[in-house]
Amino acid sequence: MKTMIKFAILASLLTLTQPVLATLRAVACEPEWGALLQELGGDDVSVYTATSALQDPHRIEPRPSLIARLRNADFLICSGAELEIGWLPVLLQQASGRVQPGVPGYFEAASVVRLLEIPARLDRAQGDVHAAGNPHIQTDPRNIAQVAEALAQRLEAVDQAHAANYQARYADFAKRWQAATQRWQAQVGPLKGIRVVVHHKYFTYLEDWLGLQEVGQLEPKPGIPPTIGHMTELLASIKQVPTKMILRSAYDDPRGDEWFSERAHIPAVLLPGTVDGTPEAKDLFSLFDVTVQTLLKNAK
Amino acid sequence: MKLQILIRRAIVALLLPSWAQAQVNPPFDQSGSPAGVRTASAGAFNAAMGVILNGTYGRLSQDPATDVLPGFALGPDTGPGERGFSLGESEINLNANIDDKFFGNLTATFLPDNTVSVEEAFIRTIGLQEGLTLKTGRFFSGIGYLNEQHAHVWDFVDAPLPYRAMLANQLGDDGIQVRWLAPIELFLMEFGAEALRGDSFPAGGAANKGNGTQSFFVHVGGDAGIGNSNSWRAGLSRLNARADLRETGDAAHPDLFTGKSDLNIADFVWKWAPNGNPTVTNFKFQAEYFQRAEKGSFTTGSGSVTDAPVDGDQSGWYAQAVYQFMPRWRVGVRHDEVKADPVSAALQDTALDPAGHKPTRESAMIDFSNSEFSRVRLQYNRDYSRLNQADNQVFLQYIMSIGAHGAHQF
Repeated sequence: MKTMIKFAILASLLTLTQPVLATLRAVACEPEWGALLQELGGDDVSVYTATSALQDPHRIEPRPSLIARLRNADFLICSGAELEIGWLPVLLQQASGRVQPGVPGYFEAASVVRLLEIPARLDRAQGDVHAAGNPHIQTDPRNIAQVAEALAQRLEAVDQAHAANYQARYADFAKRWQAATQRWQAQVGPLKGIRVVVHHKYFTYLEDWLGLQEVGQLEPKPGIPPTIGHMTELLASIKQVPTKMILRSAYDDPRGDEWFSERAHIPAVLLPGTVDGTPEAKDLFSLFDVTVQTLLKNAK
Repeated sequence: MKLQILIRRAIVALLLPSWAQAQVNPPFDQSGSPAGVRTASAGAFNAAMGVILNGTYGRLSQDPATDVLPGFALGPDTGPGERGFSLGESEINLNANIDDKFFGNLTATFLPDNTVSVEEAFIRTIGLQEGLTLKTGRFFSGIGYLNEQHAHVWDFVDAPLPYRAMLANQLGDDGIQVRWLAPIELFLMEFGAEALRGDSFPAGGAANKGNGTQSFFVHVGGDAGIGNSNSWRAGLSRLNARADLRETGDAAHPDLFTGKSDLNIADFVWKWAPNGNPTVTNFKFQAEYFQRAEKGSFTTGSGSVTDAPVDGDQSGWYAQAVYQFMPRWRVGVRHDEVKADPVSAALQDTALDPAGHKPTRESAMIDFSNSEFSRVRLQYNRDYSRLNQADNQVFLQYIMSIGAHGAHQF
């Protein structure tokens, strides 16, 4: 009888400790990773995206609603490379143990790609520089491909019951992404070598992919808003080097860009930067469709 | 016999998931990583270190040494501010994960009089267990909205009058705190409870065998409307403090209070930013209401009153609004007031006697943040704390941080 009871207790413990995960509750720090989770997770993952394209991912309020979302989260994906350093640590204080840094349910996209602009000198006199390098990795489709591969592996590990589904979805996504990347590559020839001014150092990876040449930033230092004094200097410096356009992302204040555009006689161009940055950029594919088309149109 | 085997198998099966998980090392965290970059952790094995430097220049039309708040026995260091140049508290913060279960934090404060105090020194559990977080050591209590925030993130130079009168600016003490986050996804609901030593105002003397203070709080919060533009949090708190010869007023000849001080706080904060992007413009409104009952006996330092019975209610509130009208520039206004019940004949002319006066204050400030790490502020107070005398106060303040990038609460 005693052993029967022991067995019953063990059996009930077993069922308690191994719940069948219906869907993986995932939170994405930025919209691009939310979209990628949708692609790879499908019905197996419910995705909540913590920020929108209209928000500066450096500066997010750790809102009560975000704390509530992380309470029961099974998976968290963020850009990493210190992009979320001003707000994510506060949210993680009361987040589920399944999404704490270091456990499989915590994934930093920047940890799987080659980072650019790793500062040689760490000094805040240089602005809000990130020690790990530039964190805006999602503007290069080759980075998306690398993150997708690693993310699929991670999802398989975290949610083993649905591993086959993640594998299948990844295989499908990788094929479509490769085809799309080839299509974009075929279109972007005319962009190689053109000079651009950027609002914030947000498009470093896009420039690296397309061979754009960044000749300056409207921000005097990373994270410090454009000043007339700095923009006037920049205007003078680009007189000698024909520059095609000014690039900004959806969350940048357009006023500095417009001021500069009028005086430099070059278009101020809004790139979506991430999913939903413009109405046409509905998913990762259309994000790059729009980006490439917008650049081509303004490079003429 | 068969059952034993079954049980053994069951045990193996039970242990298997955790064993399997332990094997799931992120494949790219090894040297094969294309980037060679590892998951970021604050400062490798060094604790993240940050330093806050701040100072003020003050012009006060009334001598701060003679400042009073009629009706309230004031805790230590609750003056209205210094005249002339003065160094604020210079703060050094060290924090890091201790291991996979605990996080540790130390905030030491260097005071302008060349003494050092331990402002916070606590450990906290990492990751929720059934929604629970445990914190122990010395920390700022979770009651109210402003109490848990360090002074350098306040929107004004000074604490609102109810905080000054009833919490000696801010309540921090040694003890333990437990928070429970309700399993709700759509909005925040959090409950907290604290047991504190009772050495800090409004408690005193670590009464009740070193269990002088208990507190409870509940917070609810969420987003309102569409587009992530509005978010809010509301809270209710209760503080039960026991005082055993609590010292207030003149440090050399302090007034003494023995008894209990029970405080209720209702707090509300609402933040607005267009589409949730505070970079260009944003707005913040916050208000708190305090209601306190003190019961016990009071002895003045001058010897004029000995063991006079105290049984009175006090209340107070403040409301403030801060608007960032362009990048880096903010303006703010604040009103605060406190009110104490009339006292018995025995307590007349003591600090507890409001003498029919209700202290109020109006403040306005403008501040400029060159970057996330620096802020310069100009503040004007018209302070009617004293009887029949306005105190015009002007403060110029700088608050700068060096070292680790801090993250701020909602």
